[in-house]
Amino acid sequence: MQDKKVLNNLLGVLPNDDVLAQCIHCGMCLAACPTYDLTMNERSSPRGRIKMIKSVARGEMAISDVFADEMDFCLDCQACETACPAGVKYGSMVEAARVEIAHAGYTTWWGKIIKVVSLNYLLRYKSALKVAAKLLYFYQNSGIQKLLHGSGLFKLLMPKMAEIDKLSPRVSKKFSEKLIPVNSLPKNEIKFKTAFLTGCVMDVAFAEINKDTVDVLTLMGSSVFTPRKQECCGSIHAHNGDMVTAKTLAKINIDAFEKEEYDVLVANSAGCGAFMKEYGHVLADDKNYAEKAKKFSSKVKDLSEFVFENLDQVKFKQLKETLTYHDACHLAHTQRITQEPRAILNAIPGLTNVPLNDPTRCCGSAGVYNIMRYDDSMAILKKKMDNIKATETPTVLASNPGCILQLQYGTEKFDVPVKVLHPATILKKALE
Amino acid sequence: MENAVKEKIKSIVGVKNYLDSYEDRLCYSYDGTPLFEQLPEAVVFPDNEEQISKLLKLANEVPFNIVPRGAGTGLSGGSIPVPNSLVIVMTKWNKLLELDTHNLTATVQPGLITADFQREVEKAGLFYPPDPGSMTVCTLGGNVANNAGGLRGLKYGVTKNYVLGTEMILPNGELLKTGGKNVKDVAGYNLRDFIIGSEGTLGIITKIIFKLIPAPTTTITMLAYFDRLIDSAQSVSDIIAAHITPSMMEFLDNITINCVEDYTHIGLPRNSEAVLLIEVDGRGSSVIEDAELVNNILKKNNASFVRKADNTAEALKLKTARRAAFSALARKSPTTILEDATVPRSELPIMMEVVKQAASKYNLMFGNFGHAGDGNLHPTCLTDERNKSEIENAHRAFDFIFNEAIKLGGTITGEHGTGLSKKHFLEKLAGIPGVDMMKKIKCVIDENNILNPGKIFTIGPRCEGTLPRTREQIKEIVNL
Repeated sequence: MQDKKVLNNLLGVLPNDDVLAQCIHCGMCLAACPTYDLTMNERSSPRGRIKMIKSVARGEMAISDVFADEMDFCLDCQACETACPAGVKYGSMVEAARVEIAHAGYTTWWGKIIKVVSLNYLLRYKSALKVAAKLLYFYQNSGIQKLLHGSGLFKLLMPKMAEIDKLSPRVSKKFSEKLIPVNSLPKNEIKFKTAFLTGCVMDVAFAEINKDTVDVLTLMGSSVFTPRKQECCGSIHAHNGDMVTAKTLAKINIDAFEKEEYDVLVANSAGCGAFMKEYGHVLADDKNYAEKAKKFSSKVKDLSEFVFENLDQVKFKQLKETLTYHDACHLAHTQRITQEPRAILNAIPGLTNVPLNDPTRCCGSAGVYNIMRYDDSMAILKKKMDNIKATETPTVLASNPGCILQLQYGTEKFDVPVKVLHPATILKKALE
Repeated sequence: MENAVKEKIKSIVGVKNYLDSYEDRLCYSYDGTPLFEQLPEAVVFPDNEEQISKLLKLANEVPFNIVPRGAGTGLSGGSIPVPNSLVIVMTKWNKLLELDTHNLTATVQPGLITADFQREVEKAGLFYPPDPGSMTVCTLGGNVANNAGGLRGLKYGVTKNYVLGTEMILPNGELLKTGGKNVKDVAGYNLRDFIIGSEGTLGIITKIIFKLIPAPTTTITMLAYFDRLIDSAQSVSDIIAAHITPSMMEFLDNITINCVEDYTHIGLPRNSEAVLLIEVDGRGSSVIEDAELVNNILKKNNASFVRKADNTAEALKLKTARRAAFSALARKSPTTILEDATVPRSELPIMMEVVKQAASKYNLMFGNFGHAGDGNLHPTCLTDERNKSEIENAHRAFDFIFNEAIKLGGTITGEHGTGLSKKHFLEKLAGIPGVDMMKKIKCVIDENNILNPGKIFTIGPRCEGTLPRTREQIKEIVNL
């Protein structure tokens, strides 16, 4: 009874049955999957999950606890898509399955609360996010947080919450809009016209990185348009199956950025860049926005893409730094950008980039995964921190706020004394 | 399987190593083979030899069937469960137990991943050549059980050329040790080589001793483009005839080139009819001379372009692209039936023609690629399992290809194994006495036929003479 509906729903979300049929279960994805690596159990592998989704979609199996848990266990890092020679669109299948699992009522109450609060309020309205961030800033800086942790009260009452509390971003003193004007101009002639998305987490937790990014752009001779009315890009909503909100946010951003002329829309957060590149597909059926969205998406570039394309026009100064580079999943697997950031780092004289073992393996951050599945996330992070430690470098670079937060947390938890920076910060140093 | 039996299994391996939810059984109902699947009754991850031994003894007692499994990347159905079976997964046995740099041997557990093993070995300046396409995923135990080949088979041979010794648990629960670190060993029957390629029907491998060789110091990798299929095949014959043995000579046809290029974006020639990926390796200047000779032969055979890899990174990209060929073909169609009919390499051009004929005769699309240097082709039928009549045609086409291969003095499988998918052809190749001998051996070692039964061949009464047709004839037989 439920199966029939599930089948129809699943097929409704998925492009078509061919998507399900395309996996030939050859197993080439197993080596790339962080969760299979943890359990060595086939059902925690992309091939196993696809088999289960197929069975549910064809009405041979009902949605169950095990099924729901496996879909939730997946990080949606999409490393398997990079590894898959057959080009199976695994991400879209898991996202569709998650929507059905939510419909079938398998989400926990606290999971629901976290999702409702974050998706429907914090990430939906930037005004709400800023209020929350200010409250968090007060909590973090007034001494309350210190008191709770220092006195051991937190650990005593809610040991897991005490750990998760440390995972929440440290709120910047000033948000992006205080640091970045609507129009930033280079010192000399305007060589490029860019626009910049401040993001949501980046905006309130890493405003300095946003400032560094805009500085990199102006130092390269670019004007930078940073509209005030921009919202969250909508990627987190889309990954959690809320396409309605994702589309609304996409439209708001398209309108906000339409106000001025620019050639490239720069994103410094891998997740945002990846999703804005998809606006064209997301809004393809919207008769008012289809064309606009396509044009918008065609202009989106990650900071590393933009710098790499104009590398011949950039003059870096000597920078005595030794560091290593971690690939954010949304950059390496979703946008397939791995060579550009490395080429840029190689072009900086004096800088040594020590290769990281298994650099494109997920760090376990994955949106709110590290909060929802703390223990799994930490097991995955442990491997990443071990690899970082082995490079013996003082700094690791990552171009996604989720990764930066997670790695920063990892430095403390696993006692790996490295600084976690965004590439923009290093680039700015090399350009000044 | 009764619950009491399941409880016994659980008590042998422990709760944490035991799975029997529908979801878990579903996820162990397949391997890399198209069209076959069967739910097992339960799945276990044993911790030690003793547990495996107890499981086998229990299987004889109850009885139920046992199917051993590595990473499940096989292409002949060797690790697909059979009815009333317990799957024993060996992937957690993934330790490199010893690297003996004095004797140039390595002792490993069977679940160690082939590529991980190679990486460790290469750190010590040594070399383990067998490199099946799935080497980043597949396990060494599976490689031994199927006598896996790979790209470098042409010069370096296949898995069996590197196995010095094995340990396995026999179907009656006893531990059998064969071979050892000795280079020479002729004591009694050569049981070691007999176990290699037994596809999990004679025992469960628990330890392997491999021979290693010094790593080559110079390697040159090149890719030759051809406008005509026949020119690529002729190049292969000419290179062999010139007494040059490259470490690999891989062939990809136009469909495969395009699928692989869609995946890798490394600039393969989309318009070429065929490419050959050739690697020569060894020590010092002889490698450069060989590469020069190969280059001349390719040019003489109308290669439109010969691309030489500038560095090891580019060479690796080219080889990785070739290894992805089988899975990349799934971009064209959802079901890819891959076979590995093999012929003596002089017959390669004829075999390529046979595949073409099969495609047009049965109105099918084939992608063709493979180890041209050793005559081991991988004609892959690009079809859709939802289209029943096309699948039937595909089976007819493969019948045709196998028959032609046998006529040419070839074999039905070069490196994937017989398993489920090719057992019907075995008698044609090995003959009745050959298959009979195999069955007799199996019956002696596995009295109750509990270990991976129905793979390679089916044990059952043989029908001889003409079938009884009239009532009287049947009565006569019943009265006997």
